[in-house]
Amino acid sequence: MLNFTLRRLNLLFFTLLMLTIVSFSLSYLFPGEVITNLSGQKTPNAEQLQQLNELYQMDSSIIHQYFAYLGQLFNGNFGISMSSQVPVSTELLTYLPSTIELCISALFIAMIIGIPLGFVAAIWHNKPADKVILAFAMIGYSIPAFWLALILILIFSITLSWLPSSGQLNLLFEIEHVTGFKFIDILLSDNVNKMSAINDAIRHIILPAMTVAVAPMTLFIRLARTSMLDVLDSNYIKAAKAKGLSQAAIIYHHGIRNSLVTIVRQMGLYFANLVTIAMIVEVIFDWQGAGSWLIDSIFQRDYTAIQGGLIALAIFTFVINIFADFIYAALNPLERNRKHGA
Amino acid sequence: MTFNLRLITKIIPLGLLFTALSGCNPSTDDSVLSEGIVYCSEGAPSSFNPQLITDGTTIDATSKQLYNRLIDFNNTNLQRIPALAKSWHVTRNGKLITFYLRRDVSFHRTDYFSPTRTMNADDVIFSFNRILDPNNPFYQSVAGKFPFFQSVNFHDLVDSIEKIDDYTVRFKLNRADSTFLSNLATPFAVILSEEYAQQLVAENDPQTLGKLDSLPVGTGPFKFKQYRNNSFIRYAKHDNYWRQDVEIEKLIYNITPSNTGRLTKLLTHECDVISFPIAADEIKSRPDLALEEVTSFNVAFFAFNAQKPPFDNPTVRKAIAHAVDKKSIMKAVYADHAEIAQSLLPQASWAFTDEVTTFEYSVEKAKQLLANAGLSAGFSFDLWAMPLQRDYNPNALKMAKLIKADLAAIGVEVNIITWEWSTFLRKLARGEHQSVLIGWTADHPDPDNFFSPLLSCSAMETGRNRAFWCHDEFDQLLAKALASNDIDERKSLYLQAQNILVEQMPLLPIAHSKRAQAKVVGVSGDILAPFGGISFENINKTNGEN
Repeated sequence: MLNFTLRRLNLLFFTLLMLTIVSFSLSYLFPGEVITNLSGQKTPNAEQLQQLNELYQMDSSIIHQYFAYLGQLFNGNFGISMSSQVPVSTELLTYLPSTIELCISALFIAMIIGIPLGFVAAIWHNKPADKVILAFAMIGYSIPAFWLALILILIFSITLSWLPSSGQLNLLFEIEHVTGFKFIDILLSDNVNKMSAINDAIRHIILPAMTVAVAPMTLFIRLARTSMLDVLDSNYIKAAKAKGLSQAAIIYHHGIRNSLVTIVRQMGLYFANLVTIAMIVEVIFDWQGAGSWLIDSIFQRDYTAIQGGLIALAIFTFVINIFADFIYAALNPLERNRKHGA
Repeated sequence: MTFNLRLITKIIPLGLLFTALSGCNPSTDDSVLSEGIVYCSEGAPSSFNPQLITDGTTIDATSKQLYNRLIDFNNTNLQRIPALAKSWHVTRNGKLITFYLRRDVSFHRTDYFSPTRTMNADDVIFSFNRILDPNNPFYQSVAGKFPFFQSVNFHDLVDSIEKIDDYTVRFKLNRADSTFLSNLATPFAVILSEEYAQQLVAENDPQTLGKLDSLPVGTGPFKFKQYRNNSFIRYAKHDNYWRQDVEIEKLIYNITPSNTGRLTKLLTHECDVISFPIAADEIKSRPDLALEEVTSFNVAFFAFNAQKPPFDNPTVRKAIAHAVDKKSIMKAVYADHAEIAQSLLPQASWAFTDEVTTFEYSVEKAKQLLANAGLSAGFSFDLWAMPLQRDYNPNALKMAKLIKADLAAIGVEVNIITWEWSTFLRKLARGEHQSVLIGWTADHPDPDNFFSPLLSCSAMETGRNRAFWCHDEFDQLLAKALASNDIDERKSLYLQAQNILVEQMPLLPIAHSKRAQAKVVGVSGDILAPFGGISFENINKTNGEN
């Protein structure tokens, strides 16, 4: 297990190294002064300029500059945003938690709906239920997220008035920003009616989370279906059947558990895609997350924010990926002995 | 035991799903949601101090919410009424103006400032000295940029400001100017806290001086709570507001630049009030929503360059004016969100009167006048149309095309010309045009603001007189009206001036556009005003709107 852990951490380390090289070289590739692109200081005075040059070692070779930049990153200094002149790290801490909240809710919805549906399809393989579920998965996979978002707003917000169309919480609730995770902040705050605030926050997250969830949900349906079919086809199931176990008992005791193992692994791989969908959905639903913040930054040519956002979102995706790998390894002993990370 | 654990893992997601679904119920008897107003505005404020800006979005967000002025305008007839000054006195020569201040005005108590005293003369003097005195640290902190006050030449007009006693302030002017009081009633002339300024100076860090304008302290009905860049502004009720009890506890500006986004949020009741609504018919058709409009203090006009033939002849100008069908312009360009301009003055101005001669649409009269001028064979001229949208004219190019079609009926050919905006303005100021479609938004509702800046001889020198028309009698009437403080006298002088305009027709006023907003029915009170930005001071929200 130690070996496995080291391999994964090694992978993480080198990927991050590559990423920082890309991010650093962007400062040279973007138009404008390199030191401005690195630090985000748009109009530094002479004194500040000297400080910045020292900080980023602009006088030495490009290799030194890169390591100086790396050092700043490790100290949590991503520079300041060119448009708001607030440290990028502060902005990330403000916005990233909302994105994490949205992605995790979406993943949760995708799993609790997608996996059981996949199992149902596998158990009634080639029956009408299977066909219907597969058709649903195909449709869901083909629908673009931005279109689905607008349709959901049209139906559930405008026509039926059941759910709000934007934001994370009615602004009239004054929740202090502590962690950035709305649900945790609500529980920590003491000046509001927590139940109604939580209720309001749930009402706000349903539509965006559903939109983000649809694509991974269809994937989970197919994954769950295939892996359940594989499992049901294997010899140990046949043995169990021969022992006289009922179909329900076989699926419950052997089928579900064994097919879940493969799904967990795929979940990590799919996460990058989910973050991309979340970025678009954040813009449509006015969700104050890192995605809409990053898209705003791209519009405003806010290079420091683009670099910082790139690194932060990439780290977030890696961490989830590796986390999924660990769960997979914990569930599946075979994996621990694989020679190469993937 | 293992069985139980498995059961629990199944119960938890189900429970969460259940709570999620129970959240679907939109009924909210929650007091938090009914005690505040969410206003969806079209943009983020550029500052929290209206002294520093001229854009409408910032005025809407700050001026009447956070601050008060010495004088206000009455919303029905735009006469001046007392505000922080309970009364004022102007000497006979018009050069000394004394304000007697209220004694019961308290400043906002916020996280960053706790006032120890009520408003007095020091605050008034500080608020204006900051604009006038280049040695004031708060003049320097914004590099002396006070665009409105610079445009009305405030520095040249005011000689000094004196403190007579704690509640009496005297302005000494270099010359009499009857628009001075109106300028003090504009949304820009707010009163700041001198005590707060002292506190910032005492921190002895040049960076903190900027807080005067970014963490505001005022006397208005709401106090500043929080601002998230480009996202929202949070205001809370000012408990000791001097004028009245404020009914709503919280006021939120939800910044939503997209037109459709604001409409969606109104339809779902996420916003109680939205600015500049689209789809007026849809809003009117719903029983839970209401649309409000108010005519703003602006005018769109068609100016003829009186220096260039054939428009050096008033008869030709009048002929063209008769041939323009304003009604079809109202429909096609303004979608009826405007009123036809009878004169340069909007109907809400106190100097407006029905007695002024109006100009009807008549092709026969136009042809007759052209014949009188010896141009019955027709002629062609250049019409310049502004390249961009302005609140007084949403589409000048379209308007130009309509006018072109109208004038074809009397045998006059129009060449429509447009330039990129800054070039357009530069060439216009040099008088290179033959005629132009442009307009004007008033700085303050004094009637003079519609005449002097647009048609006086001195405005011709700066090029702001788009008609390049200079008329001695007209100018004398304006000067007389400006020097007088008698409303009836001024009214009759402006009537005479307007009649000269009808006779001479240097420009044809076309429309006064309206400003619209939409709200949910439970919100009562006047938010829109014809002049000076919106106000939430008198707003109430009734419960049980669903």
